[in-house]
Amino acid sequence: MNIKENIKTLVIKKPLKLDCGKTINNFPLAYETYGLLNKNKDNAILVFHALTGDQFVTGINPVTKKDGWWSYAVGPNKSIDTNKYFVICANVIGGCMGSFGPSHKNPDTNKIYGTDFPVITINDMVNAQVNLLDHFEIKKLFSVVGGSMGGMQVLQFISNYPDKAGTVVPIACTSSHSAQNIAFNELGRQAIASDHNWSDGKYLSNNTLPDKGLSVARMAAHITYLSKKGLQEKFGRKLQERDALKFGFDADFQIESYLRYQGSVFVDRFDANSYLYITRAMDYFDLVKQFDGNLSYAFKKTKAKFFVISFTSDWLYPTQENKDIVIALNAIGADVGFVEIKSDKGHDSFLLDVPDFLNTLKNFLDKSYSER
Amino acid sequence: MKTEYKIIVDLIEEKTRVLDVGCDDGTLMESLKKNKNVDARGIEISKDKVQTCISKGLTVIEGNAELDLKQFPNDSFDYVVLGQTLQAFINPEIVIKELLRVGKKAIITIPNFGHWKVRLNLLIEGTMPITESLPNDWYNTPNIHMCTIKDFVKFSKIINFKIFKSLALTNKNMSNISNFNLFYKNLFAELGIFLIEK
Repeated sequence: MNIKENIKTLVIKKPLKLDCGKTINNFPLAYETYGLLNKNKDNAILVFHALTGDQFVTGINPVTKKDGWWSYAVGPNKSIDTNKYFVICANVIGGCMGSFGPSHKNPDTNKIYGTDFPVITINDMVNAQVNLLDHFEIKKLFSVVGGSMGGMQVLQFISNYPDKAGTVVPIACTSSHSAQNIAFNELGRQAIASDHNWSDGKYLSNNTLPDKGLSVARMAAHITYLSKKGLQEKFGRKLQERDALKFGFDADFQIESYLRYQGSVFVDRFDANSYLYITRAMDYFDLVKQFDGNLSYAFKKTKAKFFVISFTSDWLYPTQENKDIVIALNAIGADVGFVEIKSDKGHDSFLLDVPDFLNTLKNFLDKSYSER
Repeated sequence: MKTEYKIIVDLIEEKTRVLDVGCDDGTLMESLKKNKNVDARGIEISKDKVQTCISKGLTVIEGNAELDLKQFPNDSFDYVVLGQTLQAFINPEIVIKELLRVGKKAIITIPNFGHWKVRLNLLIEGTMPITESLPNDWYNTPNIHMCTIKDFVKFSKIINFKIFKSLALTNKNMSNISNFNLFYKNLFAELGIFLIEK
């Protein structure tokens, strides 16, 4: 495949001790950049992607040939203005867009890792990505920004590296993955595992793919990214290319057809084992527990300026969970702003065309940049 | 800028930490930052206004003073400012106590319900008063606990806080309120501005 030619990769030689106890080294970290790093190297923004995202934030994704996942927010004159900022985004380790993941070969056995790949955490992800700062010789990022799992990485990053970012923007996320979110992730994992083709994770060696399982996982997850109101307004009970119910189990309703489509396109671009590993990393994320039950301690060492954003219709990472981060920051007198954006688009709001969100994010970044 | 804000800026010492509760579009916070080099934070209930504040580079959280003050530790600010909103709270007593827990001092401004125009309105018209500073009808006003300057002074004795400084605003002119002129100030001032302590 020539896809690989389009993927920039940094080989990280420095050993990285993972939370699971294993140590990895000489592993690849795939990344992409947008815009130019200025002379002072103080205009860099590290963007962290969500569960199914990758390093191709904006423009046309060279692998999927579709728009980058955050095209609404990142680009020339957009919220994260690539005329002004140098945007870096890396594929998380455990992922499937070039970074070290379960579809890679284990150099010791020369076999594809599959489920022999070490379990990774959000902490491991950011500890891998911090190497990009050394690579670009950036002492301090202007900002770290991310939504959903990207937001969790933002929080972990500033906790691990309190001096390495001036502004911190966690969006639609949480400091501790809830039981409900673990439950949804488990549903997805079980859908994959119950696909016969999954073969205990050895499907790549068997030349089969657990497409059905992965697509069901995606369908279930996709529902959690939307809101009831949004779904009702977009689909209601509209029928799919038919005038009446067919009294069978085809996709009678548009929503069924939509979800099936979402599932089917997802399997073309995502690896089932990566889905298992990354959802696991999200489930294990508990910054509160990392700091013995007091989230404030996670941020005690940083002087960064925080801006927390949530969405009214996001029931997956509801406002209260975002507000808990604000409360922890206020408890130590940190510099924190917070706004809940009104939107019917559910958790996915941060990825979509929600002008209030996009404007607020832009205003925060641009104003902070001019006052830095 | 409103005279009320100018007076508040004058009351606040330089390089202090200030929380503006109900900070609106951030005008006061901006002036405090510019003129007094203050570390200013705001709480505002309106999403639009929070977004305006963010665009001005101000540190503001969306929230409600009755629910969200409790996240701040004791004495985390030198001053907490509450501009013309005390009358809109369900429990003003709890709010004042929270202001004085979070801040070492508080600055509270109140639209004076004892102003002669308000009194005349009720006396002559026999309807709930509508004035420049109280523009709403009785059925759609957010102000559920209106009080007069005299009421506020009395309240300080009832719930036990010290009024450190009390100022009256009459036709954009500022004057001191004392025990001797309380009757007149309560009749002629549109606004009372109080610097209070525990």
